[in-house]
Parts: sequence; structure tokens; C-alpha cells
Amino acid sequence: MADYQQMWTDLGMDLEKHDVLCEVLPEAFGGVYLTQQDRPKGMDFYDFVVSEIHGVRPAEMIQHQKEGGKVFGTFCVYVPDEVVFAAGGIAAGLCGGSQFWVAGGEKVLPANTCPLIKASVGARLDKTCPFFLIPDMYVGETTCDGKKKAWEILAGEVPFHIIDIPQKKRDRDIAAFAAEIQDFIGVVEKVTGNQITAESLGEAIKLINNKRRALQRVYNARKASPVPISGKDALLVTQINFYDDPARAAQMANNLADELEDRISRQAGVFPDNALRIMISGTPMAIPNWKMHHIIESLGAAVVVEESCTGTRYFENLVDESATTLDGQIQALAERYMKTNCACFTPNTARIDDIVRLADEYKVDGIIDTNLQFCNLYSTESYLIKQALTERNLPIMHIETDYSEQDFEQLRTRVEAFLEMLRK
Amino acid sequence: MVVIGVDIGSVATKGILISDGIQHKTIFPTGWSPRDTSEAVIAQLLHLSGMERQRVTRIFGTGYGRVAFDQADKTITEIKCHARGIAELLPEVRTIIDIGGQDSKVIRLGERGQVVDFAMNDKCAAGTGRFLQVMATTLGLDVSDLGSAEDPAQRLAISSMCTVFAESEIIGLMAKGNPKSGIVAGLHQSVGKRVAAMAKRLGIQEPIAFTGGVAINQGVKRALEEELGSSVMVSEVCQYTGALGAALLALENV
Repeated sequence: MADYQQMWTDLGMDLEKHDVLCEVLPEAFGGVYLTQQDRPKGMDFYDFVVSEIHGVRPAEMIQHQKEGGKVFGTFCVYVPDEVVFAAGGIAAGLCGGSQFWVAGGEKVLPANTCPLIKASVGARLDKTCPFFLIPDMYVGETTCDGKKKAWEILAGEVPFHIIDIPQKKRDRDIAAFAAEIQDFIGVVEKVTGNQITAESLGEAIKLINNKRRALQRVYNARKASPVPISGKDALLVTQINFYDDPARAAQMANNLADELEDRISRQAGVFPDNALRIMISGTPMAIPNWKMHHIIESLGAAVVVEESCTGTRYFENLVDESATTLDGQIQALAERYMKTNCACFTPNTARIDDIVRLADEYKVDGIIDTNLQFCNLYSTESYLIKQALTERNLPIMHIETDYSEQDFEQLRTRVEAFLEMLRK
Repeated sequence: MVVIGVDIGSVATKGILISDGIQHKTIFPTGWSPRDTSEAVIAQLLHLSGMERQRVTRIFGTGYGRVAFDQADKTITEIKCHARGIAELLPEVRTIIDIGGQDSKVIRLGERGQVVDFAMNDKCAAGTGRFLQVMATTLGLDVSDLGSAEDPAQRLAISSMCTVFAESEIIGLMAKGNPKSGIVAGLHQSVGKRVAAMAKRLGIQEPIAFTGGVAINQGVKRALEEELGSSVMVSEVCQYTGALGAALLALENV
């Protein structure tokens, strides 16, 4: 890794603690990723980003700030990045995915809070992640009670704006979300000092849509059998897209998709064509959470699709690009974002429809519905999902887990037994 | 053909050798080295059957220690092995309740005895053999005597599911001069309640079999039957169900 010590010191990071993280991550990444055979060449870029995870992109963000630009940290696929980029800002997904940060979060949060929230709060309070220290503003949202209250704690650290997410999906809820986007535009304009115009927002909509299209291409390639890319690699691509520059992210994902399409034409896969094909549904897997994928793929099955925020929910729907006025664009944004089926909505039957459709499109043999520990919304919804999928004879298993390694062996037994069941 | 199935559990390692339809079995405490223990089990099985190692066609391993079992030609989860074992012992069974040393499982079987669904309690000692072992120690009893030490008529309620809290609770009950037999009945009920709740969540189809080392305990069987509201079948070789399944799968080379 290049030397980023000065940058980290300037950010006020706890370097001693951070060194511990820097020591374990390469080993974890090596064990999970670099042991895979025949990875696509296009993954080199993502491997490089991981090798410089706290250096290369943070340095770009700091450079952007030195040139007068602003950085916004976000925690949810419901936050419209388009608004930030339209004002010349940078939006970066911040969710914490490592057990390393959990203890820091537990200092201030109740024990029965999900590890994603604990890790996110811990990463900021312990000052061990540059991404959490760089932003000029955090943008939270109201997708669960744990997050809502955690924002109030983090608001003591950094300027905060909270987008109110509706709980139902009626027309008036879409209108309410459009009003939230309108407010967000005002906030972003004030922080950046730049006015958002129909022209700049139109360009930002295209920019983010292009990233989504590129990810759609990568995911479409996973529908092939044999599958040309592992689930772990695809997950890494999505995880890095949350904070990379969107134009470069699209370029890199398109390059990868070119290679995957070529592999498909040559029938070249990373798993044998009789390998079991698994869908993961449920809560997001923030970097470096690769636990479930690693367990499943180490047992010889391929993860071919993730119905999650670090999966299809991130890029499936595009924003209509035809609107030419700000009002029209805001409406188009609201309509697009409100198509995302998160368990924070009630009822949320469209998510079941998504899972059933994806199971068919990706020809999956079974679904592993997983949620982070203490995520009430997704764990409660798992009951309805199991019921609906069982009715359709789609094999499903539910797993609740956290970021720690303590249940690794038990999970392996459960996943292995599920795979044995699918093999008949 | 000669085959061996070894089930390396957290407390005991069970082995079955099948030679021309004749079964030989043995059981060892797993101890600290599952690898050494499984080797000892194989050696004992060869001794019992008077068989040479070279004549063994296949060895299949199962149980939590299977990952360390390098002599195995193949490893299979205990879930599939229990299903296969029960298909042999009690073929009419449609639900298996397995309580072992460190976890409990409910396995639903299809028409052909295949696994159709399962649930595991794998993050906590409540509802496992470990829970009973800790309580037996606190009561000054041997875990193998718990089954005959209960008196359901004097049953006391143990409200804590958590092993640590339940231990404090029974220390309190003993201090008040309550009979051990009533406390033991309460402990069995606690295990039965916990496991029955997991079984109900998965969905039960009768007949039900109870397997694993804890199935030897008549008190847990009684409590399970009360909590489930139906009778459960226990094979004489309930503790060997997983090893038998592994041996049969080795025979069939599945």
C-alpha cells in the first residue's frame, strides 16, 4: 500500500487502532478472495481498491474537498445520490461491515442493535475509518428504529440530514418522498453552495443510471450456466460501487461485463455447470462482510444473485430520463426509489414477487434468506417469505447471523445440510 | 462389502461397522482430540469385527468433528445421516427430534425418508445435552442418572432458559430445601419446552422419533411428549442413529 500516514493523521484517525485493522484485512481478503481459481481479469481493479481500501478513494475525496467540493456520507439505497452529484458533490456509502468496529458501537448502543449500525457508529467514534471522517455531512434515513436513534448519537459528531422514508407505497407516499427529495436538494445546495438545475440533475440521473446499467450487465452474466463469476466477486463489485466514483464504477463494471459475456460465449465458468445455484435474500452485506458467500461457495455451491441492498435492490430500477424540468425529475426520482422493496414497508409483498421472479431468472436451486442479528424487520418478514416460497415449492432456509466468526462452524453445518437436501 | 460410519459429536464419538449385513458398534468419549478419538473408534470396530483395515471399502464421517476427520472418504452432515439412520430404524417416522451434546435439531422427512426441512438450535446451550450436564454437576448427580432421578409429581418450575441463569435458579431452589427429584423434573421440562417450541415452529408431522444421546433420558422423553402433545419413539440405539446413517450412506456410496 502507498503511504497514507499523513492523510490519516490529518483526519484525526486513531492510527494505533487502525494499524490492527490494516493487519487483519489483507489476510482475510487473501483467504476469502485470492484463493479462488480462474477469477476474471476484470477483478484486478477491485482487488487493487481493496489493497488500498483506506487510501486511494479517501485521497480522491480529500482532493475534491481541497478544490472546494463537498462529500456526503450515506447509509441506505434510498438516499438519492443523483442530488449530491448534481450539485458537484460526492456521495459515498458508509455502512460498516466489520466486527472490528462493533465493540466501538457497543460503547454507546444497546446490545440488541444490529451489527451494521454498531459497526457504523463504532467506525466513526473510534476514528478508525477514513471514510467516516471525511464527509462534510452524513445523510441518514428512517428505515428502522435502530438507525433513527443512532443518527441522533452521530449528529453530535457531524452535520446530519435525515430523509424521512414513507412506510407504505400509496401515491401520497410517493408524493411525500418527492417532497423529501425537494428538501434534500435545498440542503445539498446550501452545503455545496451550488444550485441544482434541470440540466445538472438530468446529467446526474444519467450518470447514476449508467452505473446501474453496468451492474445489471454484470448480474445478467450470472444468469448463465456455468456461472462466469463467483458470488463473492460479484458482491465485492457491488460493495465497492457504493463509494467509488460513479463514472469509473460504470466503466469498470462494463469492462468486467465484457469479459463475462466472452466467458459465457466460450462456456467458461468458475463453478462446474452442475453446481447448485443459490440466491441470497435479505439484509445488506457491507464491505468486508463476505461471511455467507464464503461459507456457501466453500461448500461447492455458487451464489448467483443477491436480493438485497448490496445486490439487485441497488440497481434494478432505473430513473426515467425523459423529464426536462426539476419537478418532473424529482417525480421520476421518487417513483424510482419507491420501487425498492425494503422490509421497512408494510405490507411488502412486492419483495416476495421479486424473490420469486429472481429465482426464475437466475434459475436458482434454493434460497438462503439471511438477516443480520437483531434486524426485526427482515427476521419477521422471513416468516412470510418462507411461507410464500414453500407454497411455490422453492426450497428456502433462513439464517440469522452477525459479523463475528463464532457461529461459522454451525452455519457451515446448516448450509451443508441445506445443500445436501437440494442435491436430493 | 465392509463400511464404517463415524459420528463425532461434541461429547461422544459413535462408530458402526457393517460387514455383510452385520453391525458392530462402539462409543468413546470425544475428549479434546476428535481426530485421535475417531482413530480409536475405527481401531475398536476393527477389533470387534476381527476385520483388517484393508478390507474396509469406505469410511464416512459425520457430526461436528467431521471437519477434523481426515480418514473419512467423505463427510456428510449429521442432519442427512440422522434421516438415513431413522429410515432404517423407524421407517414410518416423519419428524426427528435430535438432542445432542451441543445442539438440538428438528428434521422433517418426506415420503422416502429424505430431508425436506430442518431447524437447529445452535447458538445457545439451552435445550441441549450441555444444559443437562451443567445442571447435573450443580445437583451433584451424574448426567446419566438424571432420567431416573426425576419425580414429575413434585415438578418445580425452572423459568430460566439460559444455562447460566438456570444454574443460579436451581442453586436457589436447593437452598430452599426442595427435593432434587422435583428440580430434575423441572429441568427436563425446560429442555422439552424449548425443543418442542422449535419443532412447532418448523411444523411437526407424526410419527416422531427422538434421537441423540439425550434420548436415553426417559425424563426428557416424557417432557417432550407432554409439550408436543404426542408420543415420541425412541430406538434402542438412538445414540447411534447418525453413525448408522453414515455407515448406510457409505454402503450405498451416496
